Amino acid sequence: MQLTKKHHEYWRKTLSITGILLAIWFVVTFVVAYYARDLTFSFFGWPFSFWVAAQGALIVYVLLIWYYAWHMNRLDREYNVHEAEDD
Amino acid sequence: MAGTNQQSTGVFSAGSQSAFKKQLNKVYTWYIGGFLVFVLILAVLEQMGLPRNWIGFIFLIATVLLYAGIGVMSRTSDAAEYYVAGRRVPAMYNGMATGADWMSAASFIGMAGTLYLTGFGGLAFILGWTGGYVLVALFLAPYLRKFGQFTIPDFLGARYEGNLPRFLGIIAAILCSFTYVVAQIYGVGLITARLSGLDFVYGIFVGLGGILVCSFLGGMRAVTWTQVAQYIILIVAYLIPVIWLAVKQTGVPIPQAIYGYQLEKVSKRGDELRKDPKELEVAAIFKARAAEFDEKLKNVPAALAADKAAAEKKVADLKAANAPAAEVAAAEKALAAVPANEADALKAYTAGKATNTARSLPLAGMPNHSQVYAGNPNGTPAEQKTYDESRRNFLALVFCLMVGTAALPHILMRYYTTPSVKQARESVTWSLFFIFLLYFTAPALAVLVKYEVFNVLVGTPFTQLPAWIANWAAVDPTLLSVSDVNKDGIFQLSEMRIGGDIIVLATPEIGGLPYVISGLVAAGGLAAALSTADGLLLTIANALSHDLYYKMIDPNAAASKRVAISKALLVVVAILAAAVAVQKPADILFLVSAAFSFAAAAFFPALVLGIFWKRANKWGASLGIIAGLGTTFYYMVMTQPWMRGVFGVTSPVELWWGIQPISAGLFGVPIGFAVIIIVSLLTGQPSKDTQELVEHVRYPDLKAA
Repeated sequence: MQLTKKHHEYWRKTLSITGILLAIWFVVTFVVAYYARDLTFSFFGWPFSFWVAAQGALIVYVLLIWYYAWHMNRLDREYNVHEAEDD
Repeated sequence: MAGTNQQSTGVFSAGSQSAFKKQLNKVYTWYIGGFLVFVLILAVLEQMGLPRNWIGFIFLIATVLLYAGIGVMSRTSDAAEYYVAGRRVPAMYNGMATGADWMSAASFIGMAGTLYLTGFGGLAFILGWTGGYVLVALFLAPYLRKFGQFTIPDFLGARYEGNLPRFLGIIAAILCSFTYVVAQIYGVGLITARLSGLDFVYGIFVGLGGILVCSFLGGMRAVTWTQVAQYIILIVAYLIPVIWLAVKQTGVPIPQAIYGYQLEKVSKRGDELRKDPKELEVAAIFKARAAEFDEKLKNVPAALAADKAAAEKKVADLKAANAPAAEVAAAEKALAAVPANEADALKAYTAGKATNTARSLPLAGMPNHSQVYAGNPNGTPAEQKTYDESRRNFLALVFCLMVGTAALPHILMRYYTTPSVKQARESVTWSLFFIFLLYFTAPALAVLVKYEVFNVLVGTPFTQLPAWIANWAAVDPTLLSVSDVNKDGIFQLSEMRIGGDIIVLATPEIGGLPYVISGLVAAGGLAAALSTADGLLLTIANALSHDLYYKMIDPNAAASKRVAISKALLVVVAILAAAVAVQKPADILFLVSAAFSFAAAAFFPALVLGIFWKRANKWGASLGIIAGLGTTFYYMVMTQPWMRGVFGVTSPVELWWGIQPISAGLFGVPIGFAVIIIVSLLTGQPSKDTQELVEHVRYPDLKAA
């Protein structure tokens, strides 16, 4: 079918939220790990970069995915591309 | 909705989705209650004197029967039920099933051990195996669910218009799933053998029975509900001993929150042990032994002759002196162990030098637990190089594990089973949450065990060492052995050899818990290995029956025939995998990690570009998969010792930028992307239908305006 202007807008918004969340993922994972040797100040007993790799990053990952699901489900409704209620 | 099927009966089916969910909640609440009662009864029986091997045996039989029972209850031959569990698995339950599917023997048994041995370096696995789910959520799960077929090669075949991409997908899916499943079955055999005292080979077949009854009868449907049950067992089994250790050491029952302080103590104690004169004494003895071997290596024939003469002389002397029979027998055994020829001697001396050199390192070769990367960025050029390569390899491994996670077919397949795109997205959140519970705990477990070893064990007289050391040394001396090297009667850290694989299994005993908890932990490990094996076997059998047979060979095959073929293949593949596992192939850990690099290079670029770039076409995708997989494979064959042996490569090892073979996907993934883009641009556009398919998957529900 022919996509409307609104459909294109929905996809652009999808791409931008994907990009933003991916950037956060990248910083938390690779940027912190790259500078890990310099980020060893004590954080409740842990060296900070050790804590990020063992716990902090994991918490951020769960939040990223949770936020993505919440945001996209709302976006679906806003642009009327959501599915019929299933439960 | 496509594939919804209401005709089946039994516990795991119901009319409406909400009634179904309610029923599931009820069933699994009862299940958890029943399971806890079962463990309590066993604990009471233990106090009343039930022998230990009985407890192990009861755990083994009860859990395998339980899984088989779920398999029987959810038996089906309906295609949608068999391949995708009828597409009505609620998000949270799919999350639990994915968690069990995902967490293998390597996660449950191996990971905390790796962290114990390598400290910060091991966190690459924690990061890689959780962060990959961000990629699953953002790039794949919702779109694959909207596409709504049965397998991953299905998507490649439809999106890239033809059987060539589908066929490449089948090959790649089988390559990564098979190497992975061999490792799981090996783990099953190991745990079953420990639990029951059966022989390793029988252990494999008992475990295999549990896997097969379940997936054979009910396919994805049975596997899903079994995996939920297995997740519950494995997470309970993992958490209890760690919480116990935390209470014992600190009085706080939240190990994840407080182990930072234990880590400080472990690091401090580690610094003390590095300088401890007794430790240095042991290290010096190992160094001297290594030097002895080095001396022998300078003239192997002479050293061999001398060894042989000395061993013969000892036997003769003892016999002449009428020494006790045991001493004579020991000397004769030593004589028999002398290498038979020069080639063997060269091997033995080289190995002896390497082992003793390794054991002479401070802290038994472990880095300081919280030390970030080896080497020193401000030190000598050699130290700087070590630091750079250590960091580069850490980042590369994290990258490969993450992208590999987002490309393993048995995980992606799970997102076909949710009722909607919305629930597929939510399901990824649940998946990572349930995985998080274990991964968040593993580093704590490693630190708490290390605290116990460093602060409690070291310095204990040999006569007072706890019983678990002797017990585990008796099971397998390559996993744990202690000997009083400097003969001072006191245990030093360097006098112990410990393999990572026993850390988790031995934790209950290290913490002084009753044996029933040890049985529970072993049952948890078994659940982890079985659930992953189930998912993998299903992936392989479906790739062959659905994609190869139905889509490529006989498109007119009836649904019931396809399911029947899939079941037959399942048995064949399972037996093949068991036959390989019985050989105890070397370097099983490497094979598992290799599966991640293969999956990453083969699938990730083609799947992601298939959704996000309409212009990607058949030739781009096909050549991209070949190039990505080929590069990864080539690098491993050229650099990994075991693969070099298999393919007879003798040229000197040349690492690219110092990257270890385990991270070969680092090269395969970008090459895969580049080839798909370049070749697609050089060849024609995909057809209009295909472009509409891409639009179709991007919107959860495209309503006509």
